[in-house]
Amino acid sequence: MSLSAPDFYRSLADRAAATLADRDLDRKILIQVGSATCEHAAGSQAVAEEFARHLRASGRNDIVIHRTGCTGRCSREPIVGIQVPGQIPVKYERVNRDLVHRIFTEHIQSQTPVLKHILDHTGEALPEREFMFCEGSRCKGPGAGLRERFQALLETRGIAPQKVRAAAASCFGACGLSEGAPAAFVLARPEKVLYQVATEEDLVALIEGHVLEGRVVERLKAKQEPIALEFLERYGDVAFFNRQSRIALRNAGVVDPESLEEYVAYDGFKALAEVLTRQDPDWVISELTKARLRGRGGGGFTTGAKWAMARKQADATRYIICNGDEGDPGAFMDRSMLESDPFNIVEGMIIGGHSIGAQKGFFYIRAEYPLAIKRIQMAIDICKQNGLLGADIMGSGFDFDLEIRLGAGAFVCGEETALIRSIEGERGQPKVRPPYPTDRGLWGHPTVINNVETFANISAILRFSGGWYARIGTEKSGGTKVFALAGKVKHTGLVEVPLGTTLSRVVNEIGGGVSGGKALKAIQTGGPAGGFIPASMQDMEVDFEPLQKAGSIMGSGGMIVLSEDDCMVDIAKFYMAFSQEESCGKCTPCREGTTRILEILERITQGEGVPEDMDKLHRLSRLCQRTSLCGLGRAAPNPVLSSLKHFRDEFEAHIHDKHCPAKKCVALIRYEINAEKCIGCTICARNCPVECISGARKEAHVINQDACIKCGNCFDVCKFTAIDRV
Amino acid sequence: MSDCCHGTDNWEELERGYRAMLPADVLAFIDANRAKEHSESMLIATLHMVQGHFGHLGPGHLEAVAQLMQVPLAKVTGVATFYHYFRLQPRGRYLINVCLGTACYVKGAEKVAQKLTEELGIHFGETSKDGIFSLESTRCVGTCGLAPVVMIGDEVHGPLSPSQIPTLLEGYLARAAEDMMANSASEPK
Repeated sequence: MSLSAPDFYRSLADRAAATLADRDLDRKILIQVGSATCEHAAGSQAVAEEFARHLRASGRNDIVIHRTGCTGRCSREPIVGIQVPGQIPVKYERVNRDLVHRIFTEHIQSQTPVLKHILDHTGEALPEREFMFCEGSRCKGPGAGLRERFQALLETRGIAPQKVRAAAASCFGACGLSEGAPAAFVLARPEKVLYQVATEEDLVALIEGHVLEGRVVERLKAKQEPIALEFLERYGDVAFFNRQSRIALRNAGVVDPESLEEYVAYDGFKALAEVLTRQDPDWVISELTKARLRGRGGGGFTTGAKWAMARKQADATRYIICNGDEGDPGAFMDRSMLESDPFNIVEGMIIGGHSIGAQKGFFYIRAEYPLAIKRIQMAIDICKQNGLLGADIMGSGFDFDLEIRLGAGAFVCGEETALIRSIEGERGQPKVRPPYPTDRGLWGHPTVINNVETFANISAILRFSGGWYARIGTEKSGGTKVFALAGKVKHTGLVEVPLGTTLSRVVNEIGGGVSGGKALKAIQTGGPAGGFIPASMQDMEVDFEPLQKAGSIMGSGGMIVLSEDDCMVDIAKFYMAFSQEESCGKCTPCREGTTRILEILERITQGEGVPEDMDKLHRLSRLCQRTSLCGLGRAAPNPVLSSLKHFRDEFEAHIHDKHCPAKKCVALIRYEINAEKCIGCTICARNCPVECISGARKEAHVINQDACIKCGNCFDVCKFTAIDRV
Repeated sequence: MSDCCHGTDNWEELERGYRAMLPADVLAFIDANRAKEHSESMLIATLHMVQGHFGHLGPGHLEAVAQLMQVPLAKVTGVATFYHYFRLQPRGRYLINVCLGTACYVKGAEKVAQKLTEELGIHFGETSKDGIFSLESTRCVGTCGLAPVVMIGDEVHGPLSPSQIPTLLEGYLARAAEDMMANSASEPK
């Protein structure tokens, strides 16, 4: 052995630091442009090119374009961050070529930010300094009270809000570091200093020292930095972000996903170095157990226990698999993590491989995610070149290799036994469990399969201890969970919150509530295997057990917001159609059950439902749930059962009254023209694809109901709301 | 191949024929994996490569893969038909994938799909007569924040409304026309 693991890590960290020092980013203006599938779709590549063109034209060498992953603020992409040394970073939303020009000439060259286009900005001037108070509800810290007093102190001293602003933020994840002692953490920006304050005296010291004299108050500085410091520093002023607690996504939108140096500079591979120095897999497993880390793929099985099971097997040929077959429609957090922070997932895999004694690991990634595949392959190659993968990792004598295997568009392959079959090159059909993969998995050898997000948490837990992670979550499950917030919600995107956060906080406070001012009807969690949580239960805490009790599941973390405009029978039918199509066909209950359930649901939405259907649906669903071979069939009826449970009245309206309360089911609605409102502009008639609207100019029009195909075009185009959907 | 039965063994001839059906990179991939442990597990990866080259998996391709990898054709066909990602029919120059995931569905993906079928005059799973567009649906491309989205080739477009569809298609038609002009110009007369 040439180097021991600690020496190896030190030399790696030194090299990374030297590379970054050469780039001298601290004294340059950074233009940060996101690069991930969704950012590209929104046009971020063109934006980056445009900045590059401006940069060349300006001839300045103190400006750098920095590529990062995606922050998860999908609806506002492309997002561009501008960091001027000594100033609070500014993010712009929905940047296009024209805006690039304005940002470059006004903000970068003339120091006047383009206020109107700042992400989630209210239009007020930007402050020079900001103090962010940690007001996480978990540790019940005194943050809020201190912030108010700080605000009052600022006012009495006549310090204007555009000079210094005090802002509230969610849990920094620092409370665990103070061993749970009540203390408020305050992040001073742009200096990026974390203070720990407790009394009014401390606040006064902050104002006199930090604000007025511009020096760091050493006495109050927190002893250790929180995990997401860089993230908070860059995105802390945006409510959508500072109400989150980022652990798994801490580097998303911060590091360049293709740069090992940047990952290492933010303490990457520090956890692996510690693991390889200690050479004690039992320590890793006990930390994970203490952390109460549970499988983030949806099952919620304790990760520590799973690893311990594989470790105690007699068979010494073992495998570890990262399940990146994110097939749930509506979930995209795995893609984001693979694309934005690939080294973190690779590090988690290596640690897992070492802990269970595996020689080889596999990434199983959907073929639909080409960029994720490219980034992971790049991360694997770079790690191999730098002695972090392959033989004798970090000089510790541990040999481990990683390989990517592609999925091919089969949802059932997210199920672990089906996934194993698929890696073996077979049709992805599940097997009966037991034996569990930890006993006999890939090619008959003990195999551990974990979700991408589970691996994303491993390095954080080992760096900050299991106890720290456990304190962030609930009594049964530690840490945070990433949710993919989509559907009828104002701010769509990725939201990472501590387990135990209420649904309402996620949807209303972070997500900004239902879009278009509509009323919330339900929140769907867990994708096709999950269920609906009605609006009346939105104060429920998000955790594995409460969701299950309500008839849904955590799943991989898809969260679809449904408004009053959505018909629950229709959405249940949508999910059932998905499960029916994705059923692999191996076992009868699932293959036939999903088909018959779908038939009944189709009948109901066609207005041909009969009263017995509700009972039949219930019985079939229970049967499918109890007797199917794998998780797909067992969970497929969940959307039907939970909508029957919480929205029985909608089923009844469809069946008995032949009426769709949300006016969504085409067969049960019709369009009528209100003669009093219609001014005879003829726009509806011109837009009708079947020409069933008649009427003279400037006279009320009429729809011929027999010919109408209910496409809704007339409803959409009418400027006088003269068309009623009934 | 085998040393014992020279008289009836036509493997070399067959192998030459099968090798002629696949591109060099696929052959190199198959050859590289043959000696490895669990080489049959590379079947899906091999099919991905073949489809990447030809755009679909024809009957001849499946047989060639089966023979060269020494995996039963029944298994190769079984795998190719099990996974949605594999297409057994040729497709147009641009594959249009309408996302019908949940987020897109609740944001009106059905109307976008409807408009596409009207504009193109084809149904899902079909290719337009000029061979330029193929229309398919997919379950979530993972860009739910931009719902409803349509993926054309490798490019994701969203959020889309039905009225934007004609302009979007025209853009691709123009691109296809340009490509064809460029191709015919570069060909020797």
